[in-house]
Amino acid sequence: MEALRGVDLSIRGGEVVAMLGPNGAGKTTSISLMLGLRQPTAGQVRLFGRPPTERRARSRCGVMLQESGTTSVLTVGEIVDVFRAYYPAPLAATRAIAMAGLTEQAAVRVGVLSGGQRQRLYFALAICGDPEILFLDEPTVGMDVEARRAFVASIQALAAAGKTIVFTTHYLREAEEMARRIVVIDHGTVIADASPQELKARVPGKKITLIAGRPFARRDFEDLPASVLSVAGDRASLLSNEPAAVLRELFRRGVDVADLEVTGADLEEAFLALTRRPESTR
Amino acid sequence: MTAAASAPAAKPEVAPLGRMLLVQTWAELRMRWRIPAFSVTIVALPVLFFTFFGLPFARQTLPNGTSLGAYLLASFAAYSVGSVMVFGFGIGVATERGLKVDVLMRATPLPPLIAILAKVLNALAYALLSLVILIAYGVVVGGVRQDLVVWIDMIARLLAGSVPFIALGFAIGYLCGPNVAPAVANLVYLPLSFASGLFMPLTQLPTFVRRIAPYLPAYHYGQLGWGAVGAASEPLLTSCAWLAGYTALFLLIAFRAYQREESRKFG
Repeated sequence: MEALRGVDLSIRGGEVVAMLGPNGAGKTTSISLMLGLRQPTAGQVRLFGRPPTERRARSRCGVMLQESGTTSVLTVGEIVDVFRAYYPAPLAATRAIAMAGLTEQAAVRVGVLSGGQRQRLYFALAICGDPEILFLDEPTVGMDVEARRAFVASIQALAAAGKTIVFTTHYLREAEEMARRIVVIDHGTVIADASPQELKARVPGKKITLIAGRPFARRDFEDLPASVLSVAGDRASLLSNEPAAVLRELFRRGVDVADLEVTGADLEEAFLALTRRPESTR
Repeated sequence: MTAAASAPAAKPEVAPLGRMLLVQTWAELRMRWRIPAFSVTIVALPVLFFTFFGLPFARQTLPNGTSLGAYLLASFAAYSVGSVMVFGFGIGVATERGLKVDVLMRATPLPPLIAILAKVLNALAYALLSLVILIAYGVVVGGVRQDLVVWIDMIARLLAGSVPFIALGFAIGYLCGPNVAPAVANLVYLPLSFASGLFMPLTQLPTFVRRIAPYLPAYHYGQLGWGAVGAASEPLLTSCAWLAGYTALFLLIAFRAYQREESRKFG
């Protein structure tokens, strides 16, 4: 099965890069390749100019993976200490634990941590070696609002300290919050590689929700400067950067609009519009 | 794809391997100790078995003058070390795979060889603990008397010869999932020990078992222990050759299973 095709990416020191894409887009595969956990069938990956499997390269990386685990019978403090020994110049354990927001759980066994706390433990393990580059695969999965906010603050502090950070997410908002560069991946290829501002300019910003006096037909929306999110009976929703023009055209066509609402597009929906492939390639 | 960052300030490029090994081994020791299913059974079972199958005959003597108590203690000592290796590695590796501990470890700078070495040192430490307790029990409760040198020789032989059981443990750990591994380890190791004369002398076992025994790894491993009390029935070199052969076989199986797993997980 082909997971990635022609992904050509160069990340410079100090960059904060979000790999954005829906589930199954190839984000995890990309991270795995960058870490040397998988070998590409064609092409090559270099980390600090070395193969990523080399110990000298690994010693400069911190990693947080999806679907990985750790022992349940050591305490948070103990496991952080073990991981610190893998790195040449680690952070103090208390500092790594504090940055991950686990100070109160330092003496608690890993097995009794909640899902969100466990995710923070993996973050502590990723940063405890004081790495120059962090690879974080879906780092905020399972975190509650409070934990997520603290996590974003930690990432911003690390970025300010000059660390290189590569993380995956399927939330545009999260990518925008933390990264200065967003790489959008879908179906194994890079479909956009831009700053959050550039990316936002390219996706529709308004969502129009319509309720009609009769069921809508697809052709009601043909050739409009909008993309159709959904049409179901007498309800339809569209995404557009020009809601006024869209509505003017709908009224001109005599579409029987009973009620309407124009809101700022949900970023998820906007992102879906960007990753949706043109009909012709289906 | 390339990811690069600015050159590091004057700090060492990698962590020292010796310290890594030390920390990793110490962590493994604590982890094992906190799993009573492992720590208690490893220490208690050999003592329990010796109580049932060894104590009643501990003060008898074999026709060649060897103390039957010493012979039986050697048998259960061999059983004990083998069980630490087969259960420790078999269940340990399967559990780690189940928890996906290996996935994260692969991405750290910890070399896989250091991780394995730490596990081996950890297993040797538990095997030693188990032996010391079993022998002390045999001496104090069973009244088995041998020179200290004999016990030290027995411990050294059994620890050094335990390699095929480490390999067997790895094979089971990579072939089986975490729920199946304990059952498989028991189903393989208990009959193997029994048929090799580790629970009762071969002379007490049915003829067909006596015929099979000389082809089993635990039989030749038992010879190492029996040899320490002057009761081996084959030259030391023969035992070593058999054990080396079985090590190669089990390692091959373990390596194949490992490769299969690698291609499935990281293909």
